Amino acid sequence: MNLIKMEPMLQIKDLRVEVDGKEILKGINLKVNKGEIHAIMGPNGTGKSTLAYAIAGHPKYKITNGSIIFNGKDMTKLAPYERAKEGLFLAFQYPTEISGVNISHFLYTISKLRNNLNPLEFRKQLIEKGRIVNIDKTFLDRQLNVGFSGGEKKILEILQMLMINPKFAVLDETDSGLDIDSLQTISNAINQLRSDDFSALVVTHYQRILNFIKPDFIHVLIDGNIVKTGDFNLAKELESKGYTWLNQDFTK
Amino acid sequence: MKQQVLINENYKEKYGFADPEISVFKTGKGLNKSVVEAISNRKKEPEWMLKLRLKALEEFNKRSVPLWGGNLSDINFDEITYYFDPSDKKTQNWEELPDNIKKTFDKLGIPEAEKKFLGGVGAQYDSEVLYHKLREDLEKKGIIFLDTDTGLKEHEELFKKWFGKLVPYNDNKFAALNTACWSGGSFIYIPPGVKVDVPLQAYFRINAKNVGQFERTLIIADKNSEVTYIEGCSAPVYSSNSLHAAVVELVALEGAKIRYTTIQNWSNDVYNLVTKRAFAYKNASVEWLDANTGSRCTMKFPSVYMLEPGAKADILSIAFAGKDQHQDAGGKVLHFAPNTTSRIISKSISKDGGRTTYRGLVQVAKGATGVKTSTRCDALMLDEKSRSDTYPTMKIEEQDVNVSHEAFVGKVGEEQLFYMMSRGLKEEEAMAMIILGFISEFTRELPMEYALEFNRLMQINMEGAIG
Repeated sequence: MNLIKMEPMLQIKDLRVEVDGKEILKGINLKVNKGEIHAIMGPNGTGKSTLAYAIAGHPKYKITNGSIIFNGKDMTKLAPYERAKEGLFLAFQYPTEISGVNISHFLYTISKLRNNLNPLEFRKQLIEKGRIVNIDKTFLDRQLNVGFSGGEKKILEILQMLMINPKFAVLDETDSGLDIDSLQTISNAINQLRSDDFSALVVTHYQRILNFIKPDFIHVLIDGNIVKTGDFNLAKELESKGYTWLNQDFTK
Repeated sequence: MKQQVLINENYKEKYGFADPEISVFKTGKGLNKSVVEAISNRKKEPEWMLKLRLKALEEFNKRSVPLWGGNLSDINFDEITYYFDPSDKKTQNWEELPDNIKKTFDKLGIPEAEKKFLGGVGAQYDSEVLYHKLREDLEKKGIIFLDTDTGLKEHEELFKKWFGKLVPYNDNKFAALNTACWSGGSFIYIPPGVKVDVPLQAYFRINAKNVGQFERTLIIADKNSEVTYIEGCSAPVYSSNSLHAAVVELVALEGAKIRYTTIQNWSNDVYNLVTKRAFAYKNASVEWLDANTGSRCTMKFPSVYMLEPGAKADILSIAFAGKDQHQDAGGKVLHFAPNTTSRIISKSISKDGGRTTYRGLVQVAKGATGVKTSTRCDALMLDEKSRSDTYPTMKIEEQDVNVSHEAFVGKVGEEQLFYMMSRGLKEEEAMAMIILGFISEFTRELPMEYALEFNRLMQINMEGAIG
């Protein structure tokens, strides 16, 4: 490991988050250095998506304590669009449908916000990046997520990520509901972004995607707390043993 | 409060500025027999038209203001000037218009649009059409595109055959009012088989205070001809009321196709009460594209009477109502013949306490078998204060028909906004994109220049949508 890698990209300190008055995250501490990919694993309903939304700044997810520091800047109180401007990206688990919004137009608008692109350069990039995720041209003429299959929605999330070229991506169960081909496509796309200046947090239930992405660290989230952190081997252990043993450990 | 000011300021700057009032002839306030006679006399009309006007005046006086629909109780008919002629000069050359008027139309971009992509333009200012011109090559094809007064003078027989046949003088109170004091509007005739591939446009500008504009439009598309007509309108921002009561009649003879597009952009003190009706004969098709923004209250329900087999109707309307505005709009399709098809799509947006109403009629007469008709109305409310209602009426007297109706009322969801904001869009940018998406079914039907202009107009309307 070189020195640059040890610089923190995202630092979450003692983060507590409430949704509709109920505390979901109960003091999360997490540090993701530049160039690292971390995975968050855990059973259903333990706060994985809450963590993803809280990082992106969803107004329904109220931060009651702690802070989110991104590249040395406190983002805890920033609006979602300001976080995006800083280089943060969230790939949604359930992307919302917005009728009448043309995908090409949308991609142009959002990629222009972070990258200084003229329409020609945009076209070039779109073709190049569209190839990475295997989409055909008609895909781009459709309306934003309208009538999309689960898999198509995930592909569009990843295409948005490639076009925006963020510094930090939170991928909220991007792998769920994907067939093996799509999973590979998406993993390739994420691996393409890998560099000393890109980090990611991959939220998932399964080891499957991690085989392709090879995260540097794995954290297990149970009942609003990170109960265990390990390397890639931890994912294998979880796959064979499940989460119960950790749960017991934790409650002791 | 600040937001409201901003919207008015923006409208004011772009459309809502006023020229000093000039008139070479106007009638006194209020409406009576001598006013109607003065209008007719000034126009040197045939006797039958004066008689019709006077009959219509009686009808207007007899009927009360409708109690359904928008609240019209604030209209003071005695305070309105019913005829206001700003210039003696009617011309085919923009340069010959009085300076102020020329500047107004320049600012509204009409001469520029004419140069770029229009086949003909009529520009009405208060009661009279001051500029009117049809491209020479189109004139040579036998197309008639005149202001309605000239239409009556030069083509009386054709005029008389259809004028008031679709919308009789006693159809409703405001049709009666229009028939009594109509002035200006467009008269169009497309000869058999002629397809006009560039739009013809009319622009209606109200400038004087408390004035009524009563243009009358008649379009006759002969067998297998095609025409696209676009009308735009705007007015200065005053704090007193103006009245716009137009009548539009479209005749699509066998195999003909008419597309009639309205981009209404009245200032918020105009009452806009318009009767629009089309007859579609064998295999003819009529499309109404109707955008209603601005005005204090609009009541307008474009209709298509499908009189012979194979006729088609398409009504696509959108409405936007902000503070103190009520858009009571919709469409009517009447199937009187077998194998006729129709579609109504209505989209409405209300905000800041504005109110939108969809009012529609689907009628299928006995014997009109094989009819297909669908209606969809989508309403979007941007806050708790705003309101949206739907009044669909169906009169189906035939068994062998295919009728569908869908309605949706909703709000812009928090999840939609967050999704867009997480991509770097500010809340108002996200909102604007969602709204423009919502109305895109309409805008994508417009010529590109109009679509862009209309999206800008909607953005002006949307400014301050975020609390």
